Amino acid sequence: MRDERQATLREGLRVLRRALRDEPRILGIAIGGSAVYGIMTVASAEVIGWATDNVIVPAFGEGDAAAGALAVAALAIILTALLKSAGMAVRRYFAAIGQYRLQARYRYRVSRQYLRLPLSWHHRHSTGTLLSNANADVESSFFPIAPLPFALGVVVMLAFALVSMFLADPLLALVGTLVFPAILLLNFVYQRRLSPPATRSQALRADLSAVAHESFDGATVVKAMGREADETRRFAVVANDLRDANVQVGRIRGAFDPALEALPNLGVLAVLLIGSTRVVNGSLEAGTLVQISYLLTVTAFPIRAIGFVLGELPRAVVGWRRVSAVLDASDSLSYGPKRLPAADGPAHVGVHDVSYSYVDDTPVLDDITLDVAPGRTVAVVGSTGSGKSTLAGLLVRLVDPASGAIVIDGADLRDLEHGEVARAVALVFQQPFIFEDPVRDNVTLGRAMPDEHVWAALRLAQADGFVAELDGGLDAPIGERGATLSGGQRQRLALARALAREPRLLVLDDATSAVDPEVERRILAGLREASLPSTVVVVAYRRATIALADEVVYVADGRVAARGSHTELLRDSPGYAELITAYERDAADRAAADHEAARHLGDRA
Amino acid sequence: MSATSKLGEATDGSAWNTLRRGLALSPEITQGLALTLVLAAVATAGRVVVPIAIQQTIDSGVNAPGGPDIAYVRWMLLLAAVGVAVTVAAAYFMNVRVFRASESGLATLRIKAFRHVHDLSVLTQDTERRGSLVSRVTSDVDTISRFVQWGGLIMLVSIGQLMVATVIMTIYSWQLTILVWICFLPLFLALRYFQRKLSAAYLVVRERVGAMLGAISESVVGAQAVRAYAVEARTQQRIDDTVSAHRDAAIRAHKLASGASSTGELVAGFANAAVVVVGVLLGVAGDITLGRLVAFLFLVTLFIAPVQVGTEVLSEAQNAIAGWKRVLGILDTPADVADPGEDGAELPRGPVSVRFERVSYAYPNGPTVLHDVDVSIAPRTRVAVVGETGSGKTTFAKLLTRLMDPVSGRVVLDDVDLRDIRFASLRERVVMVPQEGFLFDDTLAANLRYARPEATDDDLRRALADLGLDDWAKSLPAELSTQVGQRGESLSAGERQLVALARAYLADPDLLVLDEATSAVDPATEVRLARALEGVSRGRTSVTIAHRLSTAEAADEVFVFDRGHLVERGPHAQLAAAGGVYAELHSAWVTQAR
Repeated sequence: MRDERQATLREGLRVLRRALRDEPRILGIAIGGSAVYGIMTVASAEVIGWATDNVIVPAFGEGDAAAGALAVAALAIILTALLKSAGMAVRRYFAAIGQYRLQARYRYRVSRQYLRLPLSWHHRHSTGTLLSNANADVESSFFPIAPLPFALGVVVMLAFALVSMFLADPLLALVGTLVFPAILLLNFVYQRRLSPPATRSQALRADLSAVAHESFDGATVVKAMGREADETRRFAVVANDLRDANVQVGRIRGAFDPALEALPNLGVLAVLLIGSTRVVNGSLEAGTLVQISYLLTVTAFPIRAIGFVLGELPRAVVGWRRVSAVLDASDSLSYGPKRLPAADGPAHVGVHDVSYSYVDDTPVLDDITLDVAPGRTVAVVGSTGSGKSTLAGLLVRLVDPASGAIVIDGADLRDLEHGEVARAVALVFQQPFIFEDPVRDNVTLGRAMPDEHVWAALRLAQADGFVAELDGGLDAPIGERGATLSGGQRQRLALARALAREPRLLVLDDATSAVDPEVERRILAGLREASLPSTVVVVAYRRATIALADEVVYVADGRVAARGSHTELLRDSPGYAELITAYERDAADRAAADHEAARHLGDRA
Repeated sequence: MSATSKLGEATDGSAWNTLRRGLALSPEITQGLALTLVLAAVATAGRVVVPIAIQQTIDSGVNAPGGPDIAYVRWMLLLAAVGVAVTVAAAYFMNVRVFRASESGLATLRIKAFRHVHDLSVLTQDTERRGSLVSRVTSDVDTISRFVQWGGLIMLVSIGQLMVATVIMTIYSWQLTILVWICFLPLFLALRYFQRKLSAAYLVVRERVGAMLGAISESVVGAQAVRAYAVEARTQQRIDDTVSAHRDAAIRAHKLASGASSTGELVAGFANAAVVVVGVLLGVAGDITLGRLVAFLFLVTLFIAPVQVGTEVLSEAQNAIAGWKRVLGILDTPADVADPGEDGAELPRGPVSVRFERVSYAYPNGPTVLHDVDVSIAPRTRVAVVGETGSGKTTFAKLLTRLMDPVSGRVVLDDVDLRDIRFASLRERVVMVPQEGFLFDDTLAANLRYARPEATDDDLRRALADLGLDDWAKSLPAELSTQVGQRGESLSAGERQLVALARAYLADPDLLVLDEATSAVDPATEVRLARALEGVSRGRTSVTIAHRLSTAEAADEVFVFDRGHLVERGPHAQLAAAGGVYAELHSAWVTQAR
């Protein structure tokens, strides 16, 4: 426990050092402002003490105010206040600049990693975690930066305060040397006690949000299964744990906050006790008594800034660990130097002995070999979970094979430079991702192309009709993840996106599954007629889609079980025949059964 | 799919009303409030112990009229120390009470709101971004608790502090009191102005946080698409832009806040200077004692804190009220498809019949999507519902399972209006499997058990075997213990549908409604599932919505929807021969799929 705390402290200080190194100028200014504030806080007590001795006491004693001295006192008070408040403004403003610049700096870096790291890395991390790494974790890493300049300024203030007190009166200064360390010590204990329940409450808050998110995401299932009460119970358990953790935080805060406030007050009372006797016997000026009391009063709050920094450290360390895990991730999809030949026209695709597995020992693809000649259309057919989508992903290099190679026009995908694969190959997913962008940008993805070209692609994907009806046409905004479109519309938009790029290899992964049969028929007819300059690999179950293919590859248990024309496979591959004729056999069986039943009825009649 | 939110904020928008209603919903907050306020008063009064002690030390000790009185000073300081100790104790109990009351009250509010979200109709739930619903039961409630426990307490204590200080100051010297108030009053009045500007600035920050999260999420959720199309640079540019915009907005807001809060110290300086000048003049005239004047310098410091935190506390208060309104907004939204609860009918289990009596449905402010449907389904019938996208077949399913209520007409189950059946009974008898089989981030077993919590592993295996899915389950890395990932994303879309179907099968309803529940499953598996469901469910009524017409061929009866009307019904063979809408759909399907 102790070692862990020390480790946290050490790591926390490293985060602070890194922040200071990243933003030395901005944070330096903030610390400077804070030092001015600290020094002026001490000075304000000096001024009050001086004014007491030289203006107030004489005036009360002699019944006559010296106008000159009075003016000096007033000006000095205003001047110290002015500098104090300016220092404070500078400190707060620049600390904020530093804090937010640091946040931005690390968000740039984290998101660069997200875009750089391979999908295999993405698969190992949940969406929620990655989003909070870029948002909340970056934020909490730099929480201590806001009070850091304040705390460093306070160190300066304390040094000045001690000097000022000792110069004024060494005996009373001893009270100060007791009170200041006592406040610091109490602060340390406070933060140490607060940290476990505060961390726990933080974690519970995340749990609560996760439960709510999942429960609301699955709201229809919850309703359909009538599980509202159970879900509420599940939520209530976490909500009540959070309540208890927060009450625990409150108990600790409730004890320490008033104690921290009381300490300097007790210090002042001690100063008055010792000081008053000495003022009476003449060994102390009244002004010194006032000065030291005032100093204890006005420095009490700033001292706590050190505690603020320490208090934020555990959270910062946790956040920073998560952020650095992303920054340090070294997985990479390395790119080679090669470019594809500048040729137009369909690509030649080779899949050589490719294996792939998501979880160890359970290969999804097992030694697949496939060769697709330029311009050919190949249908990949297989049962649910047979690895077809994985194969589609390999063809655009979403992932690299565990063994074997994917080759386009003689080049291993891994040897091509970044962007080359995407220039030649387009994949349309079954569940396409729609960007929160207008229709046009969703099709072009930032590539310059004339509107006619966009419309042509939409037409081919049978998406021109509904796009034309959208308010704004190509400029119509599409909400978060295309929420304003139906599943079939999203698929057609994604298809248009692929077609607009005139890929040399087009990979369709069950890309029209949510489209009505009649519309699908028109899409397929259009693709056939358009005689695309593409080699096409299409994953599908539907007969019409398969009919589009020159060749069919039947995948079972992660291997190519059979290949050939549809007719050949129907004849030679029982597995394929069973899969593809399931509906007809079903219909035939039923017809036979009905016939049988009818005959029975007839017999009886 | 409609984009406009149906959930509002609490209808009566005033802050006072929100507070009143919010407190009524969380009675724990106000329980024992009187004692808490008394403790707060004691804790606040403690703040003036030191200035009074200084005044007493000077005026009644050192400068006592009858010569210095050190004995009095000692007794007085001892009393003051006791006063400080009492203050600490009072503040401790006050804090603990405030935390306990607010946390208990807000936990209750959270849970009520959470439950209400589930009680809202699917239609209302779908108008709302999930994230926004989540924040209403999480961060919005946190805003309230943060305010009650930080800003609210500070505000309470600050106001008390100002009042007590003013009372003491008035006793010492009313002239100086007015002077101090003249210095601070403009600042207090300006707080509202600063706070409004600050709120506007923070609003911009929040909007930009939203934009930033949206952009970053594209790099995570859309990672495949970004990679497949190599649009990393474009995505990065977007993220960078939103991150920078957020940074600039946040810095702008803090500039305002820094300016506003540091003026407190400045004004305190002016007040102190004025106190010294006027105090000395008053002292010369004999209107104030030395101790009282010095005490004033200490009392002025009590005015600084309220100014420093004032703008932020006011902003926090505004956020808390807004958060509270959003939470109340959930509770104010009527559960339009409501559970009749205890008053509702409980139906016995057994074969079930369904009747639609002149049922029409229209989305709010939208066109009618289902017109005057009049149809009945006999017990143990297998019905297939077909039609093009947008023909109204999903609406039919939602009305049938009471995920929505008709605009006119009624849906009747065993001669009882659906609206009169208790949800507990209805959900036991009627189960729907939607197209997107949502899975929870847990094991396969836990997801299956969602339908029947008491089911044993053997029950689960038997169910999978009944459906012919045992081989598939065995092929998974850890069979029943396989983690399915968030929303089941470790499984393929087709596999998720298998789990959803097995889950519904385990629930063993009398009426099973499948809404394109096997659309992503391969034909052989689909046929096998359909057969298995029939084989084991001879006593069950089933309604299947499908765009693969194999289902229709196998059904006892087919309902054909076209543009919101039920246009044809009858057995497959009869409809196929009739040459109508169905015949056309069927022939299109045959050429596509077979």
